[in-house]
Amino acid sequence: MATYVAPVPHIVAHRAEREARGWTSWLATTDHKRIGIMYMVTTFVFFVLGGIEALLIRLQLGAPENTLVSPQTYNQLFTMHGTTMVFLFVVPMMAGIANYFLPLMIGARDMAYPRLNALSYWLLLAGGLVFYASIFWNPPEAGWTSYAPLSNQIFSPGGGQDAWIYLVHLTGLSSILGAINFYATVANMRAPGMSWGRLPLFIWAILTYSILIIFAMPVIAGAVTMLLTDRHFGTHFFDPGTGGSALLWQHLFWFFGHPEVYIMVLPGFGIVSEILPVFARKPIFGYRAIAASTIAIAFLGFLTWAHHMFTTPIPQAILVFVMLSSFLIAVPTGVKIFNWIATLWRGTVEFRTPLLFCAGFISLFLIGGISGVFLAIFPVDWQLNETYFVIAHIHFVLMGGSVFTIFAAIYYWFPKITGRMLDETLGKTSFWLMFWGFLGTFLIQHVIGLDGMPRRVYEYADVGNLHLYNLISTIGSFILGLGVLVTIVNVVRSLKRGAIAGPDPWKANTLEWFTSSPPPVNNFDVIPRVRSYEPMKDIRREIERRTSGATVANGVTVPTGVTQVGV
Amino acid sequence: MNRISAALVYRAPQQTGPADRSSRRRRRRLRRSLLATACVSLTTLLTAPGAFAFFTPESGGSPNANSINSLYKVTLAIALVIFVFVEVALGYALWKFRARKGAVAAQIHGNTNLEVGWTVGAAVILIVLAVLTFIKLSSIQNPADSSPNGDQLVGQTGTLYASADRKLPPNKKSLEIEVIGRQYIWQYVYPGQDNPDGLGAPYSYEEMVVPTETTVTLDIVSADVVHSWWVPQLGGKMQAVPGYHNYTWFKISKPGIYRGQCAALCGRGHARMIATVKAEPPAEFDQWLEKQKQMIAEANSEAAKARAKLNAEAGSGTATP
Repeated sequence: MATYVAPVPHIVAHRAEREARGWTSWLATTDHKRIGIMYMVTTFVFFVLGGIEALLIRLQLGAPENTLVSPQTYNQLFTMHGTTMVFLFVVPMMAGIANYFLPLMIGARDMAYPRLNALSYWLLLAGGLVFYASIFWNPPEAGWTSYAPLSNQIFSPGGGQDAWIYLVHLTGLSSILGAINFYATVANMRAPGMSWGRLPLFIWAILTYSILIIFAMPVIAGAVTMLLTDRHFGTHFFDPGTGGSALLWQHLFWFFGHPEVYIMVLPGFGIVSEILPVFARKPIFGYRAIAASTIAIAFLGFLTWAHHMFTTPIPQAILVFVMLSSFLIAVPTGVKIFNWIATLWRGTVEFRTPLLFCAGFISLFLIGGISGVFLAIFPVDWQLNETYFVIAHIHFVLMGGSVFTIFAAIYYWFPKITGRMLDETLGKTSFWLMFWGFLGTFLIQHVIGLDGMPRRVYEYADVGNLHLYNLISTIGSFILGLGVLVTIVNVVRSLKRGAIAGPDPWKANTLEWFTSSPPPVNNFDVIPRVRSYEPMKDIRREIERRTSGATVANGVTVPTGVTQVGV
Repeated sequence: MNRISAALVYRAPQQTGPADRSSRRRRRRLRRSLLATACVSLTTLLTAPGAFAFFTPESGGSPNANSINSLYKVTLAIALVIFVFVEVALGYALWKFRARKGAVAAQIHGNTNLEVGWTVGAAVILIVLAVLTFIKLSSIQNPADSSPNGDQLVGQTGTLYASADRKLPPNKKSLEIEVIGRQYIWQYVYPGQDNPDGLGAPYSYEEMVVPTETTVTLDIVSADVVHSWWVPQLGGKMQAVPGYHNYTWFKISKPGIYRGQCAALCGRGHARMIATVKAEPPAEFDQWLEKQKQMIAEANSEAAKARAKLNAEAGSGTATP
């Protein structure tokens, strides 16, 4: 080790196979990175579609007694919007991010079952196409919750309801297969030395996401199958006239639906737990507490579904039990928020776009968490349930929560995927537009709900301040849309013109930054030994030590040289 | 240090040494930031009543709605303090510890005491909320007795119901109205003599007329899909689920019109499924009910005549009224 070529902290894969080219190579690929890219691009397209539906909804509600769209179209719009965002955007987007980064972060060369992984993607695309094909015939109009008996044949004869059922089946199957794959990969393919206590927190989140999917998705698959046979084959599971139960649908739906919320938001927690330490230059505060609270939230998530049913005829004991179990979830959630703030505390916070989105996430998600406590108190929920207060709550959790973390992930990991940086000015512009647009849209919706406006109504009378409030919300939604557009422009522009990122532009902590950007087909020639939950930081330190004090970590330029760092 | 905080802060005995001085400075800074947080929270609480009116659910029609409103307000007060505290902490951390030349991040991995502390703290706040809810619960769920100047409900109700779900006032007397949700109109059936054909009970659509100062218990059912009964000023909503009975109550003291609408998506006409409650003094209500009964009796006898005539014409003679 006497004559040492000053190294850079990455390994170039010289024994890697040639990357296949042409569009057929995308159809046939089993490479987790390509599948990940297809996931992310596809789901983002659905995000844009769902967003356009949302803007149409806000346009209709911008004025009282508006006649822009018919009641039928309006019902179709919010059904498509909700279904798209849940089943075709947030859940599969998290799967896409995990597809790309899970093997890289644990030091694996691919997923455990690469072909099953490809199947997961194609099932998702099939589900999306079947669902969106319905816009040429009869889109569904019973809401993303599709409560029976409204979703039954006599009240919703259109084929769109069946398209919705097939969407749930196909995306559900896609998610279950993906979840099994993630679990198997994490369980078996971690780098040497990566014990459970050294798993990156994003991986802990994806592991929990997978377990939730494996338990919750089969329930909704069963429920929609029962709905399908009710609709077409003469069964009466949800038909109260012939011995079925309309309440059964609500139980089955929310037994899936509540864990689904955590399926959507836990990976976001994981993303934030990865990004904050990098930009605060400080280890995550309370690694164990964050990992443990993720699991606690997932477990409790299965005990609280009936808080969506506080106004249905259910026994008092259930009301009380579910209120208390919902309260209990606030504890691990609060712990996470405190841990994140403590991670920033006494750090050196660098205000790059990913950090801004994470900080925005914490401040918005806090509001969603607090309004959740209001909704957990069942007598209070009797006033707030089914109103715009709930709409505000769910968007603070899923948009302020999940979507902001997805944008943080886009800005954080784009350099790794493409080898180029996103533009910071556009990124910050996008963040501030989205942040204020979001607050403008949804903060006032709490008040709209408190003033007595139910959700899912295509028109409202011009009483009180409803017109003003709804107008504020509509204007906010367009600012929010503009913010999203700026990011799209940024992504398209940076693909060709972005600054070259290099392997580790953020000086990050996890193993995906140990490879070139974009990573070679086989990810790693040599898989490094992991000694802590911040392996990349260890590798940088080791290189610093070996290059006798040359401070690689602080950005001093080192002559490019290829080396096998035997750390 | 200003005078107020100087007065509030307990002064530790003077000690010497550089380590002590720096730790004391840190403690002073901590005390100052705690004081600032307390001031912000207090200001929030003092300005809260203004925000409360803007930021609370509708109430004022019925005691249960008022109880929900006050439970909500207590929750809001606690929530605002937590909200301000956490957002200030976040903003402070971001601003105070922003990257500057020469700043070095402290390499801290955690602090068990602190973490246990805020876990327990969060749990305690929620226990307080649960206790408050249980204190308020009975005034929200359990119907009150009618006032002495309310409707005396002679010969109408007062039946002891066997159902465990059903809640009645302590004196077991209430005006029981069956609320039937159907696409896209609410129907209200009042207690009354049932004819053999089941058409005797007085009823109305969309507008429910009730006596003031009288406890009204609702038995909510659905004829088709899931609906949700909700008049915000008269309390919480209850779903009308086909095949199930759901119950709620209200007691209005001020005569007037109380507006609401169906709160659960029930199809294309959902937004137009309006519910109105009109509260009248008991005497006027009794008159209205008598008139409804009379009209229904007249309509029924007309219908019976028409049926008899049709039957005679058809010559079947099998139909009985």
